Amino acid sequence: MKIFVCLANVPDTTTKIKFADQKFDETGVQWVINPWDELALTRAMELKEDAGTPVNEVTVVTIGTISSEPTIRKALAIGADNAVRIDAEPKDSYSVAWLLSEYLKNYEGDHLVLTGIESSDYNGFAVGGMLSEFLGVPSVSGVSALDIEGDHAKVSREIDGGLEQVAIKTPFVAIVQKGIAKEPRIPAMRGIMMARKKPLEVVSPLSFDNVTDMLDFELPKAKPQCKMINPENAKELIGLLQNEAKVL
Amino acid sequence: MAVIVFTESWDGKFKKSSFELVSYAKAMADSVGSKTIAISIASVDQDELKKLGLYGADKILTVSNEAFKTLDNQVYTKLIAEIAEKEDVRILVLPHNNTGKALAPRLSVRLKAGLVSAAVKLPSSYDPFKVYKKVFSGKGFAHQVVNTEKKILTLSNNSFELIESNTIPEIEEYSPEVSATEISTTVVDIQKQTGKLILTDAEIVVSGGRGMKSSDNWGPLEELAELLGAATACSRPVSDEGWRPHSEHTGQTGKIIAPNLYIAAGISGAIQHLAGVSSSKCIVAINTDKDAPIFEAADYGIVGDAAKVLPELIEAVKEMKA
Ligand SMILES: Cc1cc2nc3c(=O)[nH]c(=O)nc-3n(C[C@H](O)[C@H](O)[C@H](O)COP(=O)(O)OP(=O)(O)OC[C@H]3O[C@@H](n4cnc5c(N)ncnc54)[C@H](O)[C@@H]3O)c2cc1C
Ligand SMILES: Nc1ncnc2c1ncn2[C@@H]1O[C@H](COP(=O)(O)O)[C@@H](O)[C@H]1O
Repeated sequence: MKIFVCLANVPDTTTKIKFADQKFDETGVQWVINPWDELALTRAMELKEDAGTPVNEVTVVTIGTISSEPTIRKALAIGADNAVRIDAEPKDSYSVAWLLSEYLKNYEGDHLVLTGIESSDYNGFAVGGMLSEFLGVPSVSGVSALDIEGDHAKVSREIDGGLEQVAIKTPFVAIVQKGIAKEPRIPAMRGIMMARKKPLEVVSPLSFDNVTDMLDFELPKAKPQCKMINPENAKELIGLLQNEAKVL
Repeated sequence: MAVIVFTESWDGKFKKSSFELVSYAKAMADSVGSKTIAISIASVDQDELKKLGLYGADKILTVSNEAFKTLDNQVYTKLIAEIAEKEDVRILVLPHNNTGKALAPRLSVRLKAGLVSAAVKLPSSYDPFKVYKKVFSGKGFAHQVVNTEKKILTLSNNSFELIESNTIPEIEEYSPEVSATEISTTVVDIQKQTGKLILTDAEIVVSGGRGMKSSDNWGPLEELAELLGAATACSRPVSDEGWRPHSEHTGQTGKIIAPNLYIAAGISGAIQHLAGVSSSKCIVAINTDKDAPIFEAADYGIVGDAAKVLPELIEAVKEMKA
């Protein structure tokens, strides 16, 4: 069984965000694997290494220009067997999902697709669900644990106020979040060396339309200064919360 | 033409977020001159159903069918899409929670309707259809323009005020054609919290970080939460250490919440933590380090030891209540 992991290339989570000319200003930005996708990849590697599962190949797929290749190489260094880059500038979740589905629909072997719950740049919360609908396969969202037994997967998914264990046949799309793996795996020296030789296929995109656009970027408004209260004066704080902030 | 809204219940009552959704849908329906239709798969009684009218639902479609007992994304998508087609949907609104996040993207493709996730306000304009939203996990904002004729939104919890409009709703039963064979997911086990407030629904949240020192010190934090009718939360290292359950972890990689009041005790205020809580209406920080970044995000701050400050807050709240 093959696991496809869809990777978004995003600014490092500590990046100070700036906008210029109505766009995200990329100067000096460090690019990384989207945190949830990194956890998804880590879990995919664990499943491949576990002799008790039928997983024998992990492929990462990214929609992105050549500038996303360092991030893809990092995924190969973590352990993915091979990578596919669909050579297009991502426009919105809808078109990204469509491009992914056009590539994935041709795969006939037993497989499973993993995406993250959201990308930390445009916070779409959408590609995984859209992809499953384009492919016409089931999806499970909010996945925080994933195990495979034969042609069956056992997943835990978060529901409001709880957790559900769900059984489902492959193929399907698992939309993963925190918990799916403990810590993201860090590439080892050997992995980094090997990654250079691993196959990275570049595919030309079909022509596509986005259905949404992002514009009018702005930074959050500066917060008024924090009002400091003396530690001996808890009563004053409660009073302020009641009468000034009106939240009690 | 209709604005359609998907509602949910918890323990036989509609969630407050469902009333927010209906209020929100009604405000949009008024702007585009259409009806507000609510879908209820909930098991609630007639009196509870009518409450959706209180917030502006013109019509309520109730669905009771075993196929919807658990969330199968395909079966739910089929149901909502069917209703959307039948009622000539213009705008479809779902909650930005686990259910909405699972269904909205599928519906976007099924209905060929552009999706805006995690809206916090009414659209800034309807033609072009523009919605203000957070980007870069709250480190920026932008307008998302939807170019398709139909639109889908998910609305963040606690971001839209309830507006009463006292409509007498028409209640209609809707019987979809679904068969058990269409369900691809089998639920084998459920662990559901009972009686406790759901963190993402809570209006007040009391949260602890590594500065709480050990899991043994959560007593005062829980007592304060109890007194305030608040849910409890924590930073990521705290859940990683196993001091608190993972379901309490807030932040960029945990839960994203927007309560009216967020009390952070012993939390440094790392950017990834703030990404999950910065939309709170009011933030209170308790930290021994006066330079901790949490004070830049907070509205009120106390420089002090959480182990001493929390019991004092408990006393002060008790006094306020008396
Ligand atoms: C990709 C990525 C994603 C992440 N996602 C998240 C996330 O979703 N959520 C999250 O929380 N973190 C996340 N983190 C981790 C984040 O960077 C911080 O490490 C974490 O938030 C720190 O937790 P903390 O504030 O509890 O602990 P610390 O940073 O250790 O802070 C403890 C604070 O307590 C104060 N303190 C000490 N003693 C006391 C006392 N007696 N009374 C009061 N105050 C005291 C200290 O002054 C300090 O400010 C993420 C990191 C990465 C790299
Ligand atoms: N450009 C991309 N290429 C491949 N996968 C992507 C891309 N963008 C997003 N994804 C996947 O979709 C998930 C959700 O992204 P989004 O819907 O954009 O928030 C991410 O966690 C990735 O798994």
